[in-house]
Amino acid sequence: MENASIFVILVSSILVNNFVMSKFLGICPFLGVSKQVETATGMGMAVTFVITLAGMITYLVQKYILVFFHIEYLQTVAFILVIAALVQFVEIVLQKLSPVLYQALGVYLPLITTNCAVLGLALLNIQYKLNFVQTIFHSFGAAVGFSLAIILFAGIRERLAISDVPAPFKGFPIALITAGLMSMAFLGFAGLV
Amino acid sequence: MNINGLIYSTLSLGGMGLIFGAGLAYASQKFAVEIDPKAVAVREVLPGANCGGCGYPGCDGFANAVAKGEAKVNGCPVGGTETAEKIAEIMGLVVEDSTKMVAHVICNGTCDNAKEKYEYIGIQDCKAANIVNGGSKSCSFGCLGLGTCVDVCPFDAIFINDKGIAEVIDDKCTACGNCIEACPKNVITLVPYGQEVIVDCNSKDKGKNVKVSCDVGCIGCKICEKNCPFDAIHVVDNLAVIDYTKCKECMICVEKCPTGAIAGNIDNRKKAEIDEETCIGCTLCTKVCPVDAIEGEVKKPHKVDVEKCIGCGACVEKCPKDAIKLK
Repeated sequence: MENASIFVILVSSILVNNFVMSKFLGICPFLGVSKQVETATGMGMAVTFVITLAGMITYLVQKYILVFFHIEYLQTVAFILVIAALVQFVEIVLQKLSPVLYQALGVYLPLITTNCAVLGLALLNIQYKLNFVQTIFHSFGAAVGFSLAIILFAGIRERLAISDVPAPFKGFPIALITAGLMSMAFLGFAGLV
Repeated sequence: MNINGLIYSTLSLGGMGLIFGAGLAYASQKFAVEIDPKAVAVREVLPGANCGGCGYPGCDGFANAVAKGEAKVNGCPVGGTETAEKIAEIMGLVVEDSTKMVAHVICNGTCDNAKEKYEYIGIQDCKAANIVNGGSKSCSFGCLGLGTCVDVCPFDAIFINDKGIAEVIDDKCTACGNCIEACPKNVITLVPYGQEVIVDCNSKDKGKNVKVSCDVGCIGCKICEKNCPFDAIHVVDNLAVIDYTKCKECMICVEKCPTGAIAGNIDNRKKAEIDEETCIGCTLCTKVCPVDAIEGEVKKPHKVDVEKCIGCGACVEKCPKDAIKLK
């Protein structure tokens, strides 16, 4: 991944290594906020914002603070601190700019703090030894991948809600089966990069 | 032990925390959402049942509407006067007096009184039964007694009594209006709390038809209307309707009603009593008494004829010395 072009990084993070569908990160909001396309889009945007910023800031924190002071072992703690602060910030801004979206996202918004997709991405950026520009695009791509997955899934669930599902599969069971099928579909992108 | 590692980690993490904290503090100031403090205060004094009786989506919606001046301070039927006063205090307004209202089922067509058209075997729900030729009761206005209202009551204030008619427990009822909306027969109305004299019939049928289907229905004979001393009861669409703002609960209509369609226990009738020491014998009370129950000469203490007194309270209101009390 070190020398990969930006285009390859984008395609890889959005489709091939989709965070939800092939890395299975961020499953909680993926299942929790995917009942309506509208809220799913909002959640996708909030996560995109948080992930992209978090990717950038954690990169800088890693390079200029942790490596500089030789305290790389504090990576996880430091990254969580960054993410938590960012989520708080998003929450404050969102409450001001879009109270409706703020109410629709509800408890899932503060839960981005502990969304493993965000921390996972920050840690993967370092693991892949990406440079700053690559980090930005990898983060953005991963976030777009998450949004894509959750919006597609929400679209399917909206249809599922009005379709005739056998009683034992109503609600979560059929949603999980759908998620599994979607994951397999995303597997088809495997040879792309 | 590497003391530097300890210092660096503490300083770097602490420093980051400090910077982020400062940033957030700034953001929370910059992006502060102005929530009307009045709405928060109003929300706190509301009952929080979220019943929707006010017409707004839950207590939050009502609180916001009040704060904006869109809703009246006494708009919460559940909280009643007490809550209205608290809200008025927050909003700096004076409460218009709101009488506590309760729901009441205006039907007495119990199994013994009203006849059945057919035997209903089906979903035990008034709305379903109502679809089948207007329900099994021969009176098409009466309570079906299958308890659709019971299901929607959020306060357990309504039940089906042993005679097969829905009955409201006045003390639990908050007049939220859910039952009124749910009833397919529109047989539930709001009446003032404590009102005893109520026309317990909903039938707008002609007198003869009412007689055929129910023993205790209002036949629209207008005897109550003619006898009411306060012009408080009128027959509209073959059904007697009481104007509760005028009714003094003298129970004359209860006595006169030939079918017994008007509820009211005559034993509970109040009696006026004149305090002989404070009475100055002005004779004002004798003039307003609709049944001539007060006797006495000018400038001498008056007396109430307990047999004749109907406890309407007209004399109490008129007495300049407050010498008359209802007991």
